[in-house]
Amino acid sequence: MSDAKQIFIKDATLNAADGDQRAFIRKALGGYYVNRDLQKARYRDWERARDAASLAKWTAVNDLANQLEKFTANFERNGGVVHWARDSAEARAIILKIAADVNAKAIVKSKCMTSEEIHLNDALEKAGYGVVESDLGEFIQQLRGEAPYHFVFPCMHVKREAISELFTKHLGTAPTDSPEELTMIARRHLRQLYVDADIGITGANFLVAETGQISITENEGNARLTAALPRIHIALSGIEKVVNRLDDLAVLLPMLATAGAGQPMTCYNTLYAGPRKPGECDGPEQFHLVLLDNARTRLLADPEQRDALHCIRCGACLNVCPIFKNIGGLAYGTTYQGPIGSVITPHLRGLKQWNHLSSASSLCGACTDACPVRIDLHHHLLHNRRNAMKQSPSLFDRAFHAGFGFVMKRPTLFGLGGKVFRATLPLLKKLPLPYMSAWLKTRDLPAAPAQSFREQWKDSDHG
Amino acid sequence: MRVSLFVPCFVDQLTPQVGLATAKVLKRLGHAVEFRSAQTCCGQPSFNSGQWDVAREGALRTIEVFRGAEVVVGPSGSCVAMIKKFYPELLKDTPHLAAAEDLAARTFEFSEFLVNKLGVTDVGAKFAKKVTYHDGCHALRELRLKEEPRQLLRAVKGLELIESEEGESCCGFGGLFSAKFPMISTAMVQVKGGALARTGADFVVSSDPSCLLQIGGWLSREGKPILPLHIAEVLAHDA
Repeated sequence: MSDAKQIFIKDATLNAADGDQRAFIRKALGGYYVNRDLQKARYRDWERARDAASLAKWTAVNDLANQLEKFTANFERNGGVVHWARDSAEARAIILKIAADVNAKAIVKSKCMTSEEIHLNDALEKAGYGVVESDLGEFIQQLRGEAPYHFVFPCMHVKREAISELFTKHLGTAPTDSPEELTMIARRHLRQLYVDADIGITGANFLVAETGQISITENEGNARLTAALPRIHIALSGIEKVVNRLDDLAVLLPMLATAGAGQPMTCYNTLYAGPRKPGECDGPEQFHLVLLDNARTRLLADPEQRDALHCIRCGACLNVCPIFKNIGGLAYGTTYQGPIGSVITPHLRGLKQWNHLSSASSLCGACTDACPVRIDLHHHLLHNRRNAMKQSPSLFDRAFHAGFGFVMKRPTLFGLGGKVFRATLPLLKKLPLPYMSAWLKTRDLPAAPAQSFREQWKDSDHG
Repeated sequence: MRVSLFVPCFVDQLTPQVGLATAKVLKRLGHAVEFRSAQTCCGQPSFNSGQWDVAREGALRTIEVFRGAEVVVGPSGSCVAMIKKFYPELLKDTPHLAAAEDLAARTFEFSEFLVNKLGVTDVGAKFAKKVTYHDGCHALRELRLKEEPRQLLRAVKGLELIESEEGESCCGFGGLFSAKFPMISTAMVQVKGGALARTGADFVVSSDPSCLLQIGGWLSREGKPILPLHIAEVLAHDA
């Protein structure tokens, strides 16, 4: 069993038994379902909008090399500098070098899951830079010393009282149970940090190839301050975030907001095109973009699962996933939680270590129905399971299914086996058998009937 | 019409009454019913476990068993989805794809067959009980059957249908998932089973016997006063 799997089983078991926490998450998502459905109803046809969004991403991802070239040419024409990073280490090195080149001391960062993926904060702190998260949820998680729980709602699992205590402890503020006051505390704390920061690091929701702009979506205005106030702006993005046309955002931005947060549009949608130009009164002196591969090209090479690169990180699949709702985001042990995380993490970090996430699913398909860009999520979990079995089959699984297959090919043996199974079921229930004892720990099995269907069936009665 | 029954392997061994009820309803509607005893399992446990070689053998066997059958009807959204949706995927790069697609086109889930193929919603059943319906995920999302079972239940004399909260939530069965990750599976059935019990219904009805095994197993362990019942058993009830 891989280390990651052992930790997963331990954490998932603990969390699945925590009824209070599960109820809290369910309640937190309750308002989202109502708002999402209200907003979806405002579309003339949500399903056709999904087709359009999916097509926009399909077109870009299936022409990725050309679109990236077009994007970078336009981005550089706007005055930005593009850096290519093959993996996390290269991306960290690039960002550390920029920081050293500009004699930076303080760094402010807005929400960027790609920076979580490359463990950027650790690297920056080790190199002696102060780095502060400016998104409220990420700021709270940073103070807690915990990874994001959900890649859109990073601290959705934290109760208000806990946030108040956290602020009292770290910022010395008076306890309060008012969400507005808590927000104001963070806001007052962060304002000066934007002014003092030398570098602002952001993510990117979309890279628009035809204009060379990056599109950033946010609700708090913190990404705008992060991008505009410090003298250096570094954006970090996966290479799959490209869209071909500015018009594509007309469908992608509202769908991102509706699917992800139940909003008609996210509060702030900004397009960034290059650093401050002569005569302009604000904006950074330098604008760098780090484009990260980190095994995305491996996924691109797999036609069966390439559509996982369509993901716009809205989080809709997490919000409807019964696994996510019952084990929580931290148990995954991944940057990207929930169904999309279970699909892509084996590609990004190794199938052998991470296939258990694909197995830990009832394959209910709620995620696939929720995905605004129509990623075939739950079927990809099946594909990962198949690939894992080809790559490194477990002996137990192999033997179990070989035995199963042997019996299934022989109806007489199947009938006989069934008979023995039914006759000995009361005894089997008492033995420490794999699967059976796991089932019986929380659930009963019906008493076995004396006769099977095939024993009771007579064709003559039904002709 | 001559209907060939597709009886899931665990229905055969654990809940044979579901298979018998399916046959009874079809016969009552005037159809001839056969059971081809060479059938065993559709191969889904192996398919879901990534053992596609083993599953492929199961698929080829099942295709052979039902060769020449006019229509194949199964009382399980899950096992029927295996034939209709996943056999073609399993066999797509083999010479057997056409045979898989041919079987898929002739195979129907029980409620789908009654409502969409036969155009029948009232099968002449009487059942004066309060029931709530559980959508199995395969029926709901792979086969897109939501209204069909409800139309059938609404036409049953005396039956009161109550919808539950968490209506479209998974029960947590997921085949071997329920035993490989029992803690997650149990958390899921707590959510689902709790919502079903709160409806105050006498029975939870579903087109999927595997979901009923999970839900019924948990309800029984928790001592909740609501019993699992397959939709075929409700529709077979005429007294």
